[in-house]
Parts: sequence; C-alpha cells; structure tokens
Amino acid sequence: MLKSLQIEPEKCTGCLQCEMACSYEATGLFNPAKSRIKVFTFHEEGRFVPYTCTQCEEAWCMHACPVEAIVVNQATGAKEVLEDICVGCKVCTVACPFGTINYVQDTKVVAKCDLCGGDPECPKACPTDAITYVDADHTGLERMRAHAAQS
Amino acid sequence: MAWTKNVLRINLTDGSISKEPLNMEWANDYLGQRGLATKYLVEEIDPNCDALGPDNKLIMTTGPLTGTMVSTGGRYSVVTKSPLTGVLACSNSGGFIGNELKNAGWDMIIFEGKSPKPVYLYIENEKAELVPADEIWGKSVWEADEYLHKKYQDPLLRIAAVGRSAEAGCLYSGIINDLHRAAGRSGVGTVMASKNLKAVAIRGTRGVGNIQDSAAFMKATTEAKKVLAENAVTGEGLPALGTQVLMNVINEMGALPTRNMKEVQFEGAGDISGEAMLEPRESDGKPNLTTNAACFGCTIACGRISTIDRTHFTIENKPEYWGNSGGLEFEAAFALGSDCGVNDMDVMTYAQFLCNEDGYDPISFGCTVAAAMELFELGAITTKETDGIEFKFGSAEALAKAAEWVATGEGFGKDLGLGSKRLCEKYGHPDLSMTVKGQEFPAYDPRGIQGMGLAYATSNRGACHLRGYTVASEVLGIPVKTDPLETDGKAELVKAFQDGSAVVDSAGICAFTTFAWSMEDIAPQIDAACEGDWSVDKCMEVGERIWNLERDFNNAAGMTAADDTLPKRLLKDAANVGPAKGRVNDLGKMLPEYYELRGWTADGKLTDETRARFGL
Ligand code: SF4
Ligand code: SF4
Repeated sequence: MLKSLQIEPEKCTGCLQCEMACSYEATGLFNPAKSRIKVFTFHEEGRFVPYTCTQCEEAWCMHACPVEAIVVNQATGAKEVLEDICVGCKVCTVACPFGTINYVQDTKVVAKCDLCGGDPECPKACPTDAITYVDADHTGLERMRAHAAQS
Repeated sequence: MAWTKNVLRINLTDGSISKEPLNMEWANDYLGQRGLATKYLVEEIDPNCDALGPDNKLIMTTGPLTGTMVSTGGRYSVVTKSPLTGVLACSNSGGFIGNELKNAGWDMIIFEGKSPKPVYLYIENEKAELVPADEIWGKSVWEADEYLHKKYQDPLLRIAAVGRSAEAGCLYSGIINDLHRAAGRSGVGTVMASKNLKAVAIRGTRGVGNIQDSAAFMKATTEAKKVLAENAVTGEGLPALGTQVLMNVINEMGALPTRNMKEVQFEGAGDISGEAMLEPRESDGKPNLTTNAACFGCTIACGRISTIDRTHFTIENKPEYWGNSGGLEFEAAFALGSDCGVNDMDVMTYAQFLCNEDGYDPISFGCTVAAAMELFELGAITTKETDGIEFKFGSAEALAKAAEWVATGEGFGKDLGLGSKRLCEKYGHPDLSMTVKGQEFPAYDPRGIQGMGLAYATSNRGACHLRGYTVASEVLGIPVKTDPLETDGKAELVKAFQDGSAVVDSAGICAFTTFAWSMEDIAPQIDAACEGDWSVDKCMEVGERIWNLERDFNNAAGMTAADDTLPKRLLKDAANVGPAKGRVNDLGKMLPEYYELRGWTADGKLTDETRARFGL
C-alpha cells in the first residue's frame, strides 16, 4: 500500500515542530531553514499553511533532470534525490510547478521531501494532526467526510 | 551541551562588536536565559546606575532548550535594569526570534553603552553589523518590520523592535518581536530606545545541536509533549480559549481587579471573556477570534489571532487595522477591560493592536489608564489634561484615545507613559496607584487569592504574576489545591513557585507548560540536552540561587523590606462582594515566614549563611 502525506492547513498552528523534525532527520540539527516542509504564515488572514512535495506520479523534477539524479523509491513512491549524481544545475527547481524542490548552497545539490524512507517524521511531530500519513487512496477522504456531514 | 557557548557583545558607544565564549561555570550555576543573563548583568553593571543611561546594559538571551524540539522551546528574555521599578527587569517573549538567535549560533547578545545615532543590529549567522536606522527611527514596530523585510528581501528574517512609545520615553515600553509577541514588562523597550537601538533583525541557518544525549532528549521531549496534550488546561483550555479561559473563573471567585482595584468582580466580565471572543458579531457574522496560534516549537498554541469589527468607531476609517493580528490575552483583557470598567471587546482589541504596533505593555498601560480614570472621577485630573475627553471608568472612547496618545507620546500620553505610580504622585494621590515597586498589577486580586499577595509583594520585578503563579494551586489545583482565602502554608507555596519559575525561565521554555509539567517532567529534558547533572534537586537549587541573586541585586539597587508591600487599598479596604467579601490581603501574616524560609534577615537581606549556600 502506498501512503501519502495529507495536509490540512486549517488545523495548523504554525508551531514549526514539523520543520524541526524534518531538519533533524535530514541533517541531525534542529534547523527550520533546512526543512523540506515549510509552513507559511499569512498574518493578515490569520492562516498557517504547511507545504511540501506531493510526490507527483509523473514528476516534473524527475523528468527535467538531465543526469537522472532523481529516482523513484519503489517502496514508498517518493521521488528521491541522489546527492552523488546531482550536479546542482537547478533545472528541477524550475520544472517543479510547486516550488517544493530547492537548491541548498551548503551541499551544492538540491533537496526535497523523501518521505524519510517511508516513516516520515513531520506527521509524528505535528501536535494537531495537520499533517498525517495516510493510505494514498484516502487523501481528501476526511475532508470529503466533513463536507458530507454538512450536507 | 545545548548552549551554543557563544556570546555576542555589542558596544553601542564605539560600535565595536566582539565574540566571546559563554562562561560555562556560570551556566552550570544559572542554567541559561533569565538566570545566566542576570548573572552577567549583575557582574557587569553598577546596581545604582541610571537605567536609561549608557551605564546600564541590555541582554537578549536564549536558554539551552531554545531552538530545540522541546515543546515551547522558542522563548527568549531581555534582562536589564528597569526604568519603571529601578530594580531588575527580565521580560520573556515567545514568537520566533529566540530560535532564530540560537540558530544563528548565539546564546546571548549583550548591548552596552549608547549609540551616538539611531541604529539597528543585523545578524546573519556569524556576521553581525550595526546599521544606521534613520529610515525607521520615529516609525512604529510594524513599519520597521515591513521596512526590514523588504530591505533584506527575506520573508523569514525575524525582527524585534521598539516603537514610538519607547522613543518618546514611555516607562513601560516593551520590545515587540514577530509583530505581536512582546518582551513586555518593566520598560525593557524604553531601555533599548534609550540606547538609540531601534531593532534587531536576525537570520539564523546554522542549526541547533550540541544535544548531550540525543536519543534520551527525543524520548524525554516526546513524553513531555504527551503530558501537555493530555492535560485539560494545556491540551484543551489554552488552545481553545487562550489564557482568556480564566476571565469568568477569576471573576466568579471575586478576584478580578475592577475599576482600579476598587472592586473585585466586574459585571461585564462575560462580555470580554474568552468565550465571548468566539461569539459571531452582528456586523459580519465573524467572531473576534480567527484562530489560535503557536510560538516557535509550541504544542499548546495559546496565542490569539483576532480581528476588530470593521464597523467599530475605532477603525471604521482605518483599513490598515482591518486584518488579523495578535489579540487579547487574559492579562491584557483585565487591564484594558475590567480594570478600566470597559466591556467593549473591540476597543480593547484595538488598544491591544496599538500596544503591539508601538510597543508598550498592555498591563501597565491599562492599569495606568484605570488610575487616571479614578483621578478624573475625583477631579484631580480634568478635561484640561485629557483634551476635552470625559476620562471616566467604562469609557471606550477614553481608552482608545489613551492608547493612541501613549503610542506616540503626544498630549496626555506623556503623563500616561509615566506609569501609575508617577502619575498618581504627580496628581497628588499616591495611594491610588495600584503598583508594587512601581510596576502595575496583573489580573488577580490578592484579597481573593491570598498567596498572590505575597507573590506580588516579593516579586523581584515588581507586581507580576509570572514570578510565582500560585493561582495554579489556589485556583486550578495544580499541583495540589490550596484554599485561596487561607494564608497558612502560602509562604512555602510562593517560594516553591518562585524557584520553579526561575528554572523554567532559564531553560528556554514557556511558563504555561507548568500547568501540566512539574519539575519531574522538566528536569529530564534539561538533563538530556545539557552537560552536567540536571536532576530535579539541582534544578530547584539553581532556581533558588537565581532568586537570591536577583534579590541581592535589588537590595544593592536600594530596595528594602519596606518595598515588599502592597497598596493600602489591598491591605485595608475589604473586598465588597464575592467569596472574598470582607477580606483584605493578610500579607503581614505571610511575609515574616517567607523571609525565614528564604534565609533572609528580618529586613529582607540575604544572611551570610544563605550567601555561602549559593556561592553569592
Ligand atoms: S507541526 Fe503541525 S501544527 Fe505545527 S507547524 Fe507543522 S503542520 Fe502546523
Ligand atoms: S503556550 Fe502560548 S505563549 Fe507559551 S509558547 Fe505556546 S503559544 Fe507561546
């Protein structure tokens, strides 16, 4: 069974536990600047929106990469960056319509969400269940249910 | 470890900037943030220096847990000598800047001297530079924030700034970070402005590490987060209603300071409560509260994000206030509301927005307005001073005007910016000032909650709820229920809360965790993160050492046992209604026992033995 990250912004409080968990898993430090999930604050509207790669099936980044440094992890469905092969050309960052693959100056290669190899840290760290890791066939099911309840 | 072990020292007089290693011997004795920065300050300044002169220093400081995955680990503090009280000031704030400072690689910044011209400090990891602030001096915090974000093209730059109130010399100006979080009390912003320092803008991308035992730390913090989630206050009450969860509770027990503390219950409490913030309003069907919000790393998320009714007289022609911003917390709601006799939530939210926009403390501000209202009703202040406005209890117009005046220091705002003590002295009624050591009261009348009387009288920064929140025990039964009208055992209770708070404030976490966490939950998290032994006993010893260090400084700054008191009103005039009817605060019964427990002399000084015990 394939699983996906499901994000429900209306539950998010902007605490950035997810960013810390992500950066800690990826770099060993608590460093929101290096997180692959980002939480955006819309102050005037009073809204917090977590955002990260949705692991497209026909991933733009993967197709754009000239050196095949982005590959599919068959077990998780994640599109993963092979850091040894990536040449840092940034074409993928142009190709991704969502901006969720980014160049990192320190490592000189790009970074993106890799679902932590199938056991992602951000949903575990999120105190409000704004991020959950669910059966890929069920993304949106909760929201559908909530709307169904209102009809 | 967990400390970055780096201190950034900025001499504003000559513009020199240097890096020095953190004094780890002191870190072992004072932990971090409040305790450790106080140790630095005490060692470096003359207790009798002019708080607004170049000899005072101002320290921005994080704790060893700041910037880690511990819940609420985004806190930072500002430590300096207060212009309002003349003793130590230590104001704690959440938001995001504490983490950013830590991520840039610094435990603390020590500002000394006074800049010849207005400047701001820009930090990008290792790099720190003072930049002329001509473009933002004379501007509000919100304008400065917008300018700096634009200038550096960095939406994630974290900014702390002072507003126009501080520049105008308001004695209770704070430092606002992330638009609406505040190191609010005791005039720390006034000190910052007196140094011609407008803002600190930080970008940190180095990461926080140095965790002594990572596996143990992740385990301890995960368990402790569960405790917060499962607790009724931190898991339900605070996220849903914020600290405003307390408004109706405190009113019912006859401890809600009302009309400059003349009364202990407010007939309009329901209108300004946390519950009322959820009621849809007539004009647009939206409630005052849009959402709750968290500070960095916080799994409680008590923050209020609110709007004002667009049809309200304060903002109908001011679209710049139509959006969301930081709304009412309980302390502000009492000060702007019941204490002024005002039950109009929109005007209160407006005043709160201005407090954030121009950086002044809503508690001290509201209480000073309340004192001015009482002086007005007595005829000591007239419409001559108030620009023709009837400055009466309950007047939304007066509150709105007062907030606008203090924001810029214009007109009667100059007088209101003096704080309640100096205002009441100026207009000939010093007894009407509801202050301890010159600082205004928070939201708990000590006639109805006896232990709080002792906590206020002995607080090391003047009247304050965060220096020993016995409300937890006396009202909410945390960790054990004590009778709020009883004085027996309160000396011990106050001391335990004071010492515990000193640890929490020195670790880098939020005081509100202690609704759910005891030292048994906190110590293991510190212990896993930091080198050395951080058992419960060690933590409590450090807390007590910090308390004594602060007291010792305050004594040296001229404070005596005579200052450990409450306004006459609370000691002589009995509560007129409610469960505490007929009661005054029996401070006299608690204070001598407290001194003894502390190991102080009858005149409130540290004995030699106490000094030796803590190596002071
Ligand atoms: S951990 Fe959850 S609540 Fe916190 S910022 Fe991330 S998504 Fe939002
Ligand atoms: S409990 Fe409230 S004040 Fe404390 S860190 Fe969390 S959101 Fe901030």
